[in-house]
Amino acid sequence: MTSGGEAILFWVLAPMAVAGSLGLVFARKAVHAALGMALTMIVLGVFYLAQGADFLGVIQIFVYTGAVMMLFLFVVMLVGVDSSDSIVETLKGQRAATVVLSLGLGVLLAGALGRVTIGDAPADKVHALNAQNGNVSGVAELIFGRYVWVFEATSALLITAALAAMVLAHRERLGSRPSQRAWSERRIRSGENLAGLPVPGVYARHNAVDTPALLPDGSPSELSVSRVLTARDQVGNATPWVEAEREIERDVSQDRDRDDAAKEDRA
Amino acid sequence: MSTLLSLHEAAGTFSESALHGIQTLAAEGKDNPRADFSDTPWWLSLVKALIIFVYLLVSTLMVIWFERRVIGRMQQRPGPNRNGPFGLLQTLADGMKAMLKEDNTPAKADRFVFTLAPLITATMCFIGFAIIPLAGEVSMFGHRTPFQLADSPIAVLFVLAIAGIGIYGVVLAGWSSGSPYPLMGGLRSSAQMISYEIAMGLSLVAVFLYSGSMSTSQIVGSQGSVWYIVPAFFSFFVYVITMVGETNRLPFDLAEGEGELTGGFHTEYGSMRFAMFFLGEYINMFTVAALATTMFLGGWQAPPGIAAINDGMFNEGWWGLLWFTIKLWMFMFVFVWLRGSLPRTRYDQFMRFGWKFLIPATLGWVVLVAFFRGAQNGWFGDAALEIAGRRFPVSSLAIVGLVAVGALAFGWWWDNRAMAREAAANETAPEEIDPYAGGFVVPPLPGQRLRETARVGAPALPEADPVTERPSGPAVFDFTDKEAPRG
Repeated sequence: MTSGGEAILFWVLAPMAVAGSLGLVFARKAVHAALGMALTMIVLGVFYLAQGADFLGVIQIFVYTGAVMMLFLFVVMLVGVDSSDSIVETLKGQRAATVVLSLGLGVLLAGALGRVTIGDAPADKVHALNAQNGNVSGVAELIFGRYVWVFEATSALLITAALAAMVLAHRERLGSRPSQRAWSERRIRSGENLAGLPVPGVYARHNAVDTPALLPDGSPSELSVSRVLTARDQVGNATPWVEAEREIERDVSQDRDRDDAAKEDRA
Repeated sequence: MSTLLSLHEAAGTFSESALHGIQTLAAEGKDNPRADFSDTPWWLSLVKALIIFVYLLVSTLMVIWFERRVIGRMQQRPGPNRNGPFGLLQTLADGMKAMLKEDNTPAKADRFVFTLAPLITATMCFIGFAIIPLAGEVSMFGHRTPFQLADSPIAVLFVLAIAGIGIYGVVLAGWSSGSPYPLMGGLRSSAQMISYEIAMGLSLVAVFLYSGSMSTSQIVGSQGSVWYIVPAFFSFFVYVITMVGETNRLPFDLAEGEGELTGGFHTEYGSMRFAMFFLGEYINMFTVAALATTMFLGGWQAPPGIAAINDGMFNEGWWGLLWFTIKLWMFMFVFVWLRGSLPRTRYDQFMRFGWKFLIPATLGWVVLVAFFRGAQNGWFGDAALEIAGRRFPVSSLAIVGLVAVGALAFGWWWDNRAMAREAAANETAPEEIDPYAGGFVVPPLPGQRLRETARVGAPALPEADPVTERPSGPAVFDFTDKEAPRG
């Protein structure tokens, strides 16, 4: 049986781990799901620490929470994944295969866990080993001693996979990238938009990039808005600002007329 | 088939011998902490946690004042000097102001994460300090206890792991604010912190190799004869750079680049939630500086001269806290000094420096240190030279010589290339030029003569009439008394 402190730790943290994994499955926003996963991993790391597997626990937090989940979060934030994304299956029969595979994994895990015998207080054995050699040295002895070939093969596999991902995702640039000078020369040669494209925004009141600039005749200039915004249909409308301006102009001219009339009356 | 078999046999013998070597190494047993917590009841741990908490908070209050005063002095102005003696209470006043300000949450913010992010930053920054030894063994309430909250065989990795969790505060703050500037700032600073954490971890590996342990009390204990800044000088150099990058301080505060990103990840924050980020930044500075002190500057141990006085009197008990604090504040001064003197770097240059120089160079350095350690263990022969009471294995000296020769050769090649390039860039201009050669009139450079025959392309100018009369009336500017009249 575990000691009192460890039992309290377990009963406090285990529900958090479960809540985190439920959050991973059911959270609507991808970032919330990633947070739930990070929480689960941190709690697992703390469990490893409590079990006397110091190195494993801290590496679990360091690598999985600090690096892997952070990369996930990065991609999610950059790409902006949310629940409105299409969930049409691109691989046919993917769900059925997932069900079969997870059932198989469940059976395997149940079989392996069912055969574990808990006797002789194994946690104490770990603590005894730690006290004798030290946890890190113990792990090092296994990784660089008995399992060195497995370890090296795994690392070679991982490096190959990383290189393969880079090769597959890398696109060679065929020509050199046009420099600022090249762009400028091209503009001058073509004779269009010599001074660059017009900048967006209307007056100082509203200079957001989604509001088109107004041409001298008052019509909006499509060139002034990024084509990305046009493609996304996010271009704003300058009408309210123009209307507000007209309103002020009207007020001013009315006031001026009234003042003029008053002056004439006095005269 | 036979080659395969022999390969397998060779592999077998190699792993046998390696296994043996590793077992003997592991049996040396410096893994576990030297600090002895057996006489530390649980309530004393709580007291120590409270002391460390208060130490950090007071240090933060002091360092903000210190930073503003020192930068003020560097910029020839007084800095805050109104509240309290020497303006010491200025930070307290600022803190009260932050607390009383209105706490806004942007309309598009993710409310839960927006509050969670500063909490993560403000709590995680304290945890790392738990494993830093502030002093050696002290007596506290009748118990002999090491003046550090906890220690473990993976203590230093623990600090790095906690720093990794702390980055979540920055990233989530950027994301949850729901506007572009914080998002960009959050992405930037987390990318920066992650990449510099790699170089930081690698630079610490050299210290682990020398001390044979990752427990802070062991590392401090094994620096009794020589601080690791001497044998691991390159690691120290890299660590100091990465610790500035890791804490988002100038010249590496790209996440907050005011010109580009307004305030970076905390643009939308105000009041207490902003104060939490502020607190987190300063305490993180203390944590990385404390780690540097522990890893490279001998931790709480007295400086070499003082340590020898009266049989190590100043190396005992509470004296450690003094030495530790002095070393810590030296790093704080460096932080402030850097902020006062350097402009911000450009983001792509900063990342290139981290990935293409710091990480590969540190990797090479770690391999070198591993060779030295192997030589110390006598794996490359027992020949050694005795210099000033220290034993230097011949193989280590040979490696040092090789590296030195390589560096000299590289320097020679580099210099030659630079000189050739400079010569190509500054070709001496011809002594005589044709001013109309390219179709435009070009004036001669100093020391150049104009070619006289160049009349063909240029229309003859009408000869001006020579001035024969001096202007009548009094000369306002009369420079003629020293010069001969010009005609």
